Amino acid sequence: MAAEPRKPPLQFFLKLRRALGGKAGWGGLALQGLFVAVLVWIGYEIVGNARGNLETQHIASGFGFMSQTAGFGVSQTLIPYSETDSYTRVFLVGLLNTLLVSVVGIVFATIIGFVVALGRLSPNWLISRISGGYVELVRNLPLLFQILFWYLAVLSALPSPRESISIFDAFFLSNRGLVIPKPVGHEGLVAFAVSVAAAVIGCLWLRSYSRRALFQRGRVVVVWPYVLALLLGVPLLAMLVFGVPVTFEIPALRGFNFSGGTRVTPEFVALAVALSTYTAAFIAEVVRAGILSVHKGQMEAGASLGLSRGSTLRLIVVPQAMRVILPPLTNQYLNLIKNSSLAVGIGYPDLFSVFAGTTLSQTGQAIEIIAITMGVYLMISLVTSAIMSFYGWRVARSMGG
Amino acid sequence: MKCVLAVVFAFAAGLSLQSASAQESAKAKTTLETIRARGMLSCGVSQGLPGFSAPDDKGNWTGLDVDVCRAIAAAVFNDPSKVKFVPLSAKDRFIALQSGEIDVLSRNTTWTLSRDTSLGGNFTGVTYYDGQGFLVRKSLKVNSALELNSASVCVQTGTTNEQNLADYFKSNKMKYEVIAFSTADETIKAYESGRCDVFTSDISQLYAERLKLSNPADHAVLPEVISKEPLGPMVRHGDDQWFDLVKWTLFAMINAEELGITQKNVDEMAKSDRPELKRVFGTDGNFGEQLGLTKDWVTRIIKAVGNYGESFDRNVGAGSRLGIARGLNKLWNQGGIQYAPPIR
Repeated sequence: MAAEPRKPPLQFFLKLRRALGGKAGWGGLALQGLFVAVLVWIGYEIVGNARGNLETQHIASGFGFMSQTAGFGVSQTLIPYSETDSYTRVFLVGLLNTLLVSVVGIVFATIIGFVVALGRLSPNWLISRISGGYVELVRNLPLLFQILFWYLAVLSALPSPRESISIFDAFFLSNRGLVIPKPVGHEGLVAFAVSVAAAVIGCLWLRSYSRRALFQRGRVVVVWPYVLALLLGVPLLAMLVFGVPVTFEIPALRGFNFSGGTRVTPEFVALAVALSTYTAAFIAEVVRAGILSVHKGQMEAGASLGLSRGSTLRLIVVPQAMRVILPPLTNQYLNLIKNSSLAVGIGYPDLFSVFAGTTLSQTGQAIEIIAITMGVYLMISLVTSAIMSFYGWRVARSMGG
Repeated sequence: MKCVLAVVFAFAAGLSLQSASAQESAKAKTTLETIRARGMLSCGVSQGLPGFSAPDDKGNWTGLDVDVCRAIAAAVFNDPSKVKFVPLSAKDRFIALQSGEIDVLSRNTTWTLSRDTSLGGNFTGVTYYDGQGFLVRKSLKVNSALELNSASVCVQTGTTNEQNLADYFKSNKMKYEVIAFSTADETIKAYESGRCDVFTSDISQLYAERLKLSNPADHAVLPEVISKEPLGPMVRHGDDQWFDLVKWTLFAMINAEELGITQKNVDEMAKSDRPELKRVFGTDGNFGEQLGLTKDWVTRIIKAVGNYGESFDRNVGAGSRLGIARGLNKLWNQGGIQYAPPIR
């Protein structure tokens, strides 16, 4: 053949065309461009319309209100806050409260969920029925109702501060919440923290050393006495050298309430308990489904290797089940975060309550505040989702799949 | 592909036309015309505050705030029942007014500068001069609000009470813990369960909410009044005719009391020769028509709800379960500050 081979078209443009225009080629690209333009134009019209209408109705707009003084109190603040702070500070206070209850809720929901799922799969008749009953009872009642139940039931059962239940005269339980001694850091705190960290790192190294010895040379090295010595000895030594790192401020009843100490409010407890027990019921079902999706031959194989039921579950079944469990588990986490906005029903000062509630009604700037709040919940959820995806990717990789 | 393009363009064109026509029709119709066409007044009220706006045992809304809406309906339709009551929480009320869901907000709302200017509404007058106070258990043996240092306080969110509370405790150098709930019912329930030592709100509300407690006699209102809370109806910004109509409905009720016109004697008084009465009843002048109403607008209002004093007594005053003294809300010529400009 004398004819020269036809030059292939530039790969880059081919790929670009396919990626942007699909099968229709450049025409498809134009259409997509037009579609995006129409979307942008609709968005522009909506914003313009809203602005115009707000102006004709003389409703304040813009984000200038964020620096104004809030002028109202908040019952639970993780960062210093007073009435003279700005709405931006209120926003941060609410955001942190939302994150706090979400994180606590997720941790406990996961623990309870796994325990209940394992309980439901247990060969013990009583345990499996109790677990099953828990799931059916909790997941079939409305969440807001459960939050109110915990709040009002817990509250009416507890005594007033003056007759509070005290434990060692340091912990006080009353209808104002649980008051616990507050740790106050001293000069030795940094040295103490460093020594604890060093001890933990040492222990981790010991663990990997013993595993290496077991897997590579088949030798069992007993390390736990050293671990114990490290964990107790090093921090104790640091305390002797640098002084006591932390003392505790004991709460005392003064007037209406306790002064000193740290307080866990009943609103927080009720919300955290309701969110974690409710979500745990769903997580239990997700975990159960995941475990059942692993072929029972795996369980039998574990048993024939001489592993106990617990070890088989922990080492063989659960890691395989994780692949099935993770996506719906992420859904449950996201649900919990969003459900935390029901806090407004019992006066827990979360983001929705102090920002989309009080701040909104004081400033009247509904559009801006709702937009910010929606954006924040979206961000929290997306970040959670991303973390879970990363974890799922690692699980999949570690299993070679 | 052409077909798709055509659809997109048609959609876009339709959208722009639609938005233009919607704007025009909204501008052309006044609030009064909209209400007449609908045959119903839409009135924003509370979620149940005895004396001001609450459904009675037969499901009829009653109260001082409700009477304002019934009076407007009577003036417009000659029928006080042509009102749709929309129960609103404190924080939702302004949005409902802004969005046009309600025509008038008559929901124990405090008149403040920022609410009058930045919320897209206007206050039309004062139906009740109130102030903020504190409700406590008698067993606490507290006699003054100044003894409330370090107390836990229950308050409803979205109210002026939240800010007044912060101001009061700050200026008296007292500590407090605030727990804010979104509805009045949740707030009073938390107070009753012992979560708070104190429930704070407008004093009229304290009396009303106290009735909901299982044993009202165990609770007392402290003597301190820590703020000015003039409560009144609010209308949307931008329709002056409607603003005037709502404003003068309340003025008509106050003027009627001043002139001695009551629900009972209104027909007799209408025959009177006194010039100020002739103006009020429309036998002289066309004041009703200037408001967009009929000449007998005041007769309609008084027949429906009575004068201001009658409404006050029936709903919150001596003739009601609340039994609140009239105090500041007496007429100006009887030692109070209720005062209406003359109808002339």
